[in-house]
Amino acid sequence: MAYALKVADRDLDEARIPLLGVVGAFVFASQMLNFPVAGGTSGHLLGATLAAVLLGPWLASLVMAVVITVQAFAFADGGITALGANVLNMGVLGALLAGLLLGAAVRAFSPNRATFLALVAGVSWVAVMVGATATSLELALSDTIPLGTSLPAMLGVHALIGIGEAVITVSAIGAVLAVRPDLVHLGRFPAAERTPRPATAEGV
Amino acid sequence: MRTNVFVAAALAVAVGLAVAVSPFASASPDGLEKVAEDKGFLAEGTTAKIQEASPIPDYAFPGVENERVATGLAGFVGTLVVFALGFGLAFVLRRVRGRAGPDPAT
Repeated sequence: MAYALKVADRDLDEARIPLLGVVGAFVFASQMLNFPVAGGTSGHLLGATLAAVLLGPWLASLVMAVVITVQAFAFADGGITALGANVLNMGVLGALLAGLLLGAAVRAFSPNRATFLALVAGVSWVAVMVGATATSLELALSDTIPLGTSLPAMLGVHALIGIGEAVITVSAIGAVLAVRPDLVHLGRFPAAERTPRPATAEGV
Repeated sequence: MRTNVFVAAALAVAVGLAVAVSPFASASPDGLEKVAEDKGFLAEGTTAKIQEASPIPDYAFPGVENERVATGLAGFVGTLVVFALGFGLAFVLRRVRGRAGPDPAT
């Protein structure tokens, strides 16, 4: 978190100040929207990938920490002692993973819009699965439940929840790309590919 | 679209979802809750003492009879609180850097 605060400095430009609040608000609202998945179970957006795509992994980690902390203290949702684990599982891991994978992909082969959104979908799903795995590991480490019991169950249900995560994340990113593509932190496509800009706009 | 307009629109979407859609969201246990229930470790998760004092426990605005209205109100308040905190955090980070780093304005 401390490192996130430090690096956050670098990624934070004027336009992103209100954006931090908006992404947090959106993630919070979306986490309330439980959608039904199989067998009397529901899932909700975690939002780490969404936040990371819009803000970069470090600001995203901060936003996720804010959301999860508010949930714990104001809404008695998620434990106080489990706060660190929850921030790690639902926020930081996904945000860093999404940031690294998508950042590398964008640098490596400058995907077009459709490819980028497909990558976002895949990474959203993986981020949920990684969070579920981490949760199982932590439960095993705390002697709550053996890994062999919880991991298959967690991965099974979260494989479905991850699909929901991917759909919502792609819709949201798609909407932002449509109106303000410049606000998509990880989607800095080569300017020439889409909207040609004067060369002077580059170094700013 | 100007940034302020974008922010206002996005915030409106978030508040709208929290207020109007969340009361109709699935009430089934979520992924972790379901696994905890099935595997019998749900009861091991307890809320801390301090959380008994949380202003809006379980996303139900206190003193509101209608469950859906209570959830919607909770969503309204929560979304705006998170927005304010996120905005505030970014603002503070910005100020700190402004003082530490080379600032052309000073």
